[in-house]
Amino acid sequence: MSAVIQIEHLRKTYGRTVAVDDVSFAVERGEIFGLLGPNGAGKTTTVECLQGLRAADAGYLRVLGLDPRTQAAELRLRIGCQLQESALPDRIKVWEALDLFAAFGRKQTDWLRCMEQWGLAQKSKATFASLSGGQRQRLLVALALVNEPEVVFLDEMTTGLDPGSRRVAWDLIRAIRERGATVVLVTHFMDEAEALCDRVAIVDEGRVSALGAPWQLIERYAGPGRVTFSAAEHDLTWLHAVPGVESVTHSGLRISVEGTGPLLALVAAALVEHGIAPLDLANQRPTLEEVFLALTGRRTLEEGETP
Amino acid sequence: MTVLRKMTWVELKLFLREPLTVIFTLALPLVVLFILGGVFGNTPDPEGVVYRGVGAMDYYVPAYIGLVIASVGLVGLPMHLAAYRERGVLRRFKASSVPAGNVVGSQVAVTMISAAAGSLLLMAAARLAYSFQAPHAPEQVVLAFVLAALSFSALGVLLGALLPTARAAQGAGILLWFVMLFIGGAGPPPEVLTDSMRFVAQLTPLQHAITLLQDPWLGFGWNWRETLVVAGITAASALIALRFFRWE
Repeated sequence: MSAVIQIEHLRKTYGRTVAVDDVSFAVERGEIFGLLGPNGAGKTTTVECLQGLRAADAGYLRVLGLDPRTQAAELRLRIGCQLQESALPDRIKVWEALDLFAAFGRKQTDWLRCMEQWGLAQKSKATFASLSGGQRQRLLVALALVNEPEVVFLDEMTTGLDPGSRRVAWDLIRAIRERGATVVLVTHFMDEAEALCDRVAIVDEGRVSALGAPWQLIERYAGPGRVTFSAAEHDLTWLHAVPGVESVTHSGLRISVEGTGPLLALVAAALVEHGIAPLDLANQRPTLEEVFLALTGRRTLEEGETP
Repeated sequence: MTVLRKMTWVELKLFLREPLTVIFTLALPLVVLFILGGVFGNTPDPEGVVYRGVGAMDYYVPAYIGLVIASVGLVGLPMHLAAYRERGVLRRFKASSVPAGNVVGSQVAVTMISAAAGSLLLMAAARLAYSFQAPHAPEQVVLAFVLAALSFSALGVLLGALLPTARAAQGAGILLWFVMLFIGGAGPPPEVLTDSMRFVAQLTPLQHAITLLQDPWLGFGWNWRETLVVAGITAASALIALRFFRWE
């Protein structure tokens, strides 16, 4: 494994505003790497510095071994970008955009296939202005991929997509990785990060507050897990003897067991041992959402954030 | 080169899909031609004072070619470029390593092509409606056209580079276009303007472009002085535009 992106102590300010304070991480080849964080956390600025669209104030940056500050032109031919605040001319047609952007690259590419993959073939002759939000987003992502880049940056890729299209997009992202490309995904959807990313960095106020695989972060930061079931029995004090169990609460017939470790397996075994086999035994594992809350003190979609 | 060609082709199609610029470039000069042609006819002033001594239409056809050039350069191009920056289209191009030269080059190419189309349309209409004088020295007129169109392209890129929004660019472009229309030689003949108007007219790039076109057209020979002025405007605009061009 080799790092295709290295970033050490990146700092970027706009006047007095510190957009990125101190960010370091590395992305391995073939990884899907997620950058998570609330609005204004510095995710987009970090990515823009990596793309060579903004000059970092300080820090060491390498993408595919190139310095985005001095070798941006060469670098941009090998990466694909879907930018957050960008658009196409209103009256350009879908096929024209793909054809044009395919010509920007160095190699011959099959933009027709790209158009089909992203479900745009039927809209081929529609103008950009006439597309729905989701269709525009898909076109912009398709343009980022049309030249078969080695590293792809997707900034809020699924924003504006309906749930069905999001799932399709997820499959396509996995397909990009299958092809050997590295994906950097900026998102504020925790379920997306958990479903797609091999590793994530949670960025808050210009710093990386946690870095690792989603399951590692969940184990480290998210607090206890919970197993729930229904039982008529009231004396369940023996559950406290199960390793890892921290609390047992009753709410009518519904019982909730909180704790750490392989809770489900151990609780299930203890229940069966006591002759209880509830049909609705369920495991509520904490998610990245809880990690995020624990680390930043905020919910991701709070404060009227644009979905 | 293929990128420039492809961008120019796409931009040309976009130009044709934009009603406002098409009307400004192709239709408006025609309307002005027919109105003034209807009013003044094409009989030369017997005293040889107004319209440089030639028929009004012979005077106005090259002047309107100047007007067509000015409308694509001042109204179409700056608005388009500023809108691209405002909406993040330029940013998107930059992220794909499209050189600024290709972005600007395709705009200039579209300006030249659409100005040429507008001029041919104008000449065809003038030929049908009035028996206007064909260019005296056609090769020189073509050269003058290229120089004038390049100069207004450079001015357009300059406006598009300096003005922050499409709205501002559109406003400034239309304002300049109207000022130049009225006193720059495409409106009332220069001979009837007051001294102060004539002084301001001298400051408008359009007047120089029009004289550059008219002289070889009407048989007054190639005008080297205006060549220098027009080339100077081109060079100065291009240099300043280069200095202030912003992707976002």
